[in-house]
Amino acid sequence: MRIAKWNTAFTLKRRTGSWFERIAMLLMLAGLCVMILLPLFSLFSKAVTDKYGQYNGLSNFIDYFSTPALLHSLQHTVYVSLLTAILSVVLGFLFAYALTRTNVPGKMFFKTVSLLMLFAPTMMLGIGLTYLFGNQGLITTGFFEALPFHWDIDLYGPTGIVMAEVMYTFPQACLILVVSLSFADFNLYEAAKTMGAGKGRIFFTITLPNMKYGLISSFFVSFTLAFTDFGAPQVVGGSYNVLATEIYKQVIGQQNMGMGATVGIILTLPAILAFIVDRFVTRKQHAISSRAVPYRITPSRKRDGLFLTFCILASGMILLLIGTVFAASVIKIWPYNLSFSLKHYDFSKVAGGSLQPFWTSLRMSAWTALIGTAATFVGAYLIEKTKSFPVLRQAGYFLSILPLALPGIVLGLSYIFFFNKASNPMHGIYGTIWILVMANIAHFYSVSFVTATSALKKLDKEIETASDSLGVPRYKTLLRVTIPLCLPAVLEMAMYLFINSMVTVSAVMFLYAADLKLASVSIVNMEDAGDVAPAAAMSTLIVITNIGVRLLYEAVTHQIKKKTQAWQTRQQ
Amino acid sequence: MKKWMGTAFTTVLIISALTACGGNGNNANVEQGANGNKTAAKGNSEITVYTALEDDQIQTYLESYKAAYPNVKVNIVRDSTGVITAKLLAEKDNPVADVVWGTAATSLLVLDQNNMLEGYSPKGIENIQPEFKDTQQPAHWVGIDAWETAIAVNTAELEKKGLEVPKSYADLIKPEYKGMIVMPNPASSGTGFLTVNGLQQLMGDSEAWSYLDKLDQNIAVYTESGSKPAKMAGTGEYPIGISFGYRAIQEKKGGAPVEVVFPSEGSGWDVEANALMKKDNIKPEAKEFLDWAISDEPMKKYNENYAILAMKTDSAVVPEGYTKDPISQLIKLDLNKAAETRDATLSEWTKRYEAKSEKQ
Repeated sequence: MRIAKWNTAFTLKRRTGSWFERIAMLLMLAGLCVMILLPLFSLFSKAVTDKYGQYNGLSNFIDYFSTPALLHSLQHTVYVSLLTAILSVVLGFLFAYALTRTNVPGKMFFKTVSLLMLFAPTMMLGIGLTYLFGNQGLITTGFFEALPFHWDIDLYGPTGIVMAEVMYTFPQACLILVVSLSFADFNLYEAAKTMGAGKGRIFFTITLPNMKYGLISSFFVSFTLAFTDFGAPQVVGGSYNVLATEIYKQVIGQQNMGMGATVGIILTLPAILAFIVDRFVTRKQHAISSRAVPYRITPSRKRDGLFLTFCILASGMILLLIGTVFAASVIKIWPYNLSFSLKHYDFSKVAGGSLQPFWTSLRMSAWTALIGTAATFVGAYLIEKTKSFPVLRQAGYFLSILPLALPGIVLGLSYIFFFNKASNPMHGIYGTIWILVMANIAHFYSVSFVTATSALKKLDKEIETASDSLGVPRYKTLLRVTIPLCLPAVLEMAMYLFINSMVTVSAVMFLYAADLKLASVSIVNMEDAGDVAPAAAMSTLIVITNIGVRLLYEAVTHQIKKKTQAWQTRQQ
Repeated sequence: MKKWMGTAFTTVLIISALTACGGNGNNANVEQGANGNKTAAKGNSEITVYTALEDDQIQTYLESYKAAYPNVKVNIVRDSTGVITAKLLAEKDNPVADVVWGTAATSLLVLDQNNMLEGYSPKGIENIQPEFKDTQQPAHWVGIDAWETAIAVNTAELEKKGLEVPKSYADLIKPEYKGMIVMPNPASSGTGFLTVNGLQQLMGDSEAWSYLDKLDQNIAVYTESGSKPAKMAGTGEYPIGISFGYRAIQEKKGGAPVEVVFPSEGSGWDVEANALMKKDNIKPEAKEFLDWAISDEPMKKYNENYAILAMKTDSAVVPEGYTKDPISQLIKLDLNKAAETRDATLSEWTKRYEAKSEKQ
């Protein structure tokens, strides 16, 4: 009798636990729907309405494809993105190869430098190129006539866009390729050598095929990033129109929301394709054999010399670009009065208005990091570690991965359509900082979701089973065991969300209210009005902040590692 | 763990607190930006003002307003003339703006032709010169100042190339200036429009288009903003920028090697004007704002930036940066005609030259 009673109590308790879980799961799904799915529906419905909100079927699409100027922007975008993807993959490959398969000195340094670009808004790359290769650029004028040569590369237009996009996508391609290059079975190389295969043959029959998926995925990532980027073409595009700037022109310049939505849908197509390919590729990625031997780098001075030259050139270009922007921000009047001045950091006389946008960005990014990390982690936990609603869990997984395929500009546009309707009960957040935080969380959800999921996957399932049988509520286990174990991943997510919120323009460009101007957006406005030096100053502030946050992250993770290691030594 | 969460949370709170403090200095009451669609009413004393005034001017202008009406919250929505006009037209059936402030009269006339403006003669309208205000009673628009075409020329760069400083529209189409001139796109920039319109009224329609065709041969890029050409001339990125008086003089004052040229044929011009939007509930604060906007205090401030005031003045001093009375530089112009032909002019312009236009 007593046992039976105890049993019912136990099952009841288990049921309540799972009831709690179910509610949490439903809440998470509702959240994802509001953040991602419903706004997207509004976008699609907007694409089939005209300027005045009347339903007009596919006529926006027909208009689009029959207007030569609009069609040009599509061709332009495909052209620059293709070129960017090819160059990025080739350069990224060489760099990754140098880091993984050669003995070049200073690998740590090169790696750090290549990642610097991730801290900069893309407008900054454009601004840097202007100062280097523009009509008054350092290189164009041969260091202000100090050198006997002039080199005008005719920056504004496709040249400038491709250069900026390559610098922007190069670190991302490089990261992917480093990973795929580090998985190699040295046995294969040994065998090939014994059978007398030459270096070229080994490269084409072992190295490349082994990293096929890495190559494909880095190609698509570069292509999509370049395809949807707004910042760089805005600054160095000249009169070369691309899709992202076209959306801006339709929505802001002509207030033609329907056409903006239409272009937005077209903008999403390659991203969706990339998304499908990427899913397919990761599924096909075969595991490495357990008997594999890690790659051993054979000594070769000639090879190391060549790769070292390449690494120095590539890092030099990156440092030169960033350095030039820093320098330009403290030069009185480029190029006529090169004396030092901090006047460009006084934003009150330019389109930026004041330093306020920078503070707003900081506040928005901090909230995004805090709420985003919590929400994403709980989302990943519910999908990874619970058992209720298998179908809904699948749907939740899909919705969590979907933002990968959504360009920020499309997300931002969808948010206007969805939240700016007076009939929407959440209309209240329109014009506040919370819609910006929400847009950023949605925009960067997938990557942090994947980070959280892989950290959770590494944990033993026994932890949950043990806590269940001990009658410890799941949330306690989550707080006391799971999260502390995943702390490095949690910090990485927070850092990722913060840095990306600081640099992004695309999603927030349409959403910020008059009193909530953001630093990245003010760069666009200032550049638009011709205030290039203050724009450089604001970029500098963003980059320095991001480097600071990254250093903080490194320091904290270092501390944690030290602690956990200390704990391990005590155990021994 | 809890300690970490605590630390993270405190960090965010501290940042929030710090940034909120940072804000009180400048933007507490003034809101400005391109997309300020904040429509939610937070009490009665709040008005939404659309303007095309320069960013760097709005805050100083508003100081005396804030002193006089500390309880009215002003939501400023600022963008270039073309964008503000497009926005107002798009919101025709459901206007967000209560007041339009410092926006091209030719744009306000377009709104008026669409029956979007409410007649209201603000206090002190008798002090405004007749050519700078509406002729109807009550007035549908009232000017505050006028601005005019000016060319910013980078003398250092032209010297390097051994070229003369252009003095007139006729000089600008000389082949030696090929690829050196930047001009604002009239579809987005008020300065661009007044320049094109000025040429049309100066030369006649067909003559003006054939002139613009020739000018197009020399244009490097058409910018979205009317200020940008002067700033580009200032840095020498492109040595000749067709812009407006204030901005070109500002560049020179800032120390750039720029000469401000007023074309010898005369300058096209437009009036920066205010109007009351026609909507269901017109707020009394909106009318008070319009009264304030042509009162002495802001007029003094406008005068710091614009030489030509809409107000009758008796000072005969030639303002800094000008060589003669700026009014004598203005060509004879019919603003109503400019507004009527605005649409046709812009679509013709877009058809001819859009390909070279900076993506906005």
